[in-house]
Amino acid sequence: MADVSNINGINVEAIRTQFPVLDQMVNGKPLAYFDNAATNQKPTSVIKALEQYYEGYNANIHRGIHTLAEKATKAFEDTRTTLGKFINAAEPEEIIFTKGTTESINLVAATFGRKFISNGDEIIISGLEHHSNIVPWQLVAEENGAKIRVIDVLDNGTLDIRQFKSLLSSKTKLVAVNHASNSLGTINPIDEIIALAHEVGAKVLIDGAQATAHLDIDVQALDCDFYALSAHKCYGPTGTGALYGKRELLEAMPPYQGGGEMIKDVSFEKTTYNDIPYKFEAGTPNIGDVIAFKSALDFITEVGKSNIAAHENDLLQYAREKALQIPGLRIIGDSDNKLSVLSFIVEGIHPFDIGQMLDASGIAVRTGHHCTQPLMERFKIEGTVRASFAVYNTKVEIDRMIESLHRIVKFLK
Amino acid sequence: MSQSIKEVQEEIIEEFGILDGDMEMTNFYVMELGQKLPEFNEENKTEENIVKGCQSKVWLTAELNGDRINYQADSNTAITKGLVSLLVRIFSGQKADDIIESELFFPQKIGMERFIGTQRSNGFGAMIKQMKLYALAYKSKIEL
Ligand SMILES: Cc1ncc(COP(=O)(O)O)c(C=O)c1O
Repeated sequence: MADVSNINGINVEAIRTQFPVLDQMVNGKPLAYFDNAATNQKPTSVIKALEQYYEGYNANIHRGIHTLAEKATKAFEDTRTTLGKFINAAEPEEIIFTKGTTESINLVAATFGRKFISNGDEIIISGLEHHSNIVPWQLVAEENGAKIRVIDVLDNGTLDIRQFKSLLSSKTKLVAVNHASNSLGTINPIDEIIALAHEVGAKVLIDGAQATAHLDIDVQALDCDFYALSAHKCYGPTGTGALYGKRELLEAMPPYQGGGEMIKDVSFEKTTYNDIPYKFEAGTPNIGDVIAFKSALDFITEVGKSNIAAHENDLLQYAREKALQIPGLRIIGDSDNKLSVLSFIVEGIHPFDIGQMLDASGIAVRTGHHCTQPLMERFKIEGTVRASFAVYNTKVEIDRMIESLHRIVKFLK
Repeated sequence: MSQSIKEVQEEIIEEFGILDGDMEMTNFYVMELGQKLPEFNEENKTEENIVKGCQSKVWLTAELNGDRINYQADSNTAITKGLVSLLVRIFSGQKADDIIESELFFPQKIGMERFIGTQRSNGFGAMIKQMKLYALAYKSKIEL
């Protein structure tokens, strides 16, 4: 397969051998996995790290003095340091481990939201948000009487920054937007959004679920106040992720949950809380998955984020061009600045039918509203078919998808 | 005319057997069956006629013709329409009692769960239930 080797500085064939799951037949055809925006596959190094932890040094962390506990604690904290560097946090203590993006956002809503947002204040979100970055703010608003304002989405799937400016005021306490849209792939101008929000004194939370594995992230240069992410969208395990927060904010925020680990001293009269990050990590965390998350970050760093981005962008442009030749196909969200997400509809054919037919050919895509119902409403559609590409995908796989789409369209039109 | 519910199912199993488990062909065949369903009256596409529990929209109506029940169905997705067409073919023209007491063995025999996934399987169950409920309603009407 000449088209896949050593292009953009990466050898896709070699990379594919690191992902055992890719080597299988689905419905009698080789699997082509294009549902990477939902969760991507895991390299052997991540699977091995999990195995080594459970086979070699499973122990509860931070409390034990025995050797296994020491080893597990060190590995756990190594991930914190690695992730801190990965997004260029000023210090590892600004990284809080959570279940993932959803919990990270809920943590900020429940702590920052409760303490610093009150009746009459405003929270700005965007029309591109995942339900995870909508509902937690609705819960805050319901509880404390704050108001939610929404940044409009333009026809090409980008945010209306002019309208955003008009929403900003001294009432704005928080702006919560995604770095990149899971449904359309649009990369948002978050540096500009953050700077504008800071001008009115608002804090900014970035939902980085989609961006972490694909874009260079420097939380200090961005100057964002919070950054939420999920390991499972970065070639890491499910069930873990992180919240980055600026130290002074995390220190000013009340704890999220009460329990072990998050306290300094407990008495029935008064409990004092632990320092960050532990203040926000009540209970035994997801130790094994956090440890394995480091191997995922190492994988990305070793292959090189810019190499990955170049390869994925190459795939996107290739797929886009071929897709546009399919009669009746319309791409939803066609910004110039996109992650490798191809979201589309075909006139007169329900996305479910397309997803089902592609699956019959071994091709895994996502269909539906992608947890962004307001966005679908904005485009007056029920849902889309979404193919999202990762480092291990190839043009040969894309060709198969396009051929299959041609067959479906021919049959159903 | 008048094949029994069991006979129609056996016929379907035989037809699907020819496809030899090829998923793409099977899906095309299912969609083709859906396209052959008689046109559904647009006025009957009401909220009430939607089968609850399906991922896609499925509309289902029934009418009594002597002591037999006839079903009409439609869906917003081509594959689901094909699936519901199988049920329409099996149950239409049958007696209420036969429908209520019928056992459907064809889904398992044609490997239904393999090509519709669990979520649609649930929806398929909901369609069957709704058709049996219609039969039950007409049965009490006939007996009144
Ligand atoms: C943009 C965005 N935000 C939030 C989430 C939620 O992430 P998780 O389910 O890992 O908590 C997702 C996952 O699909 C996402 O794409």
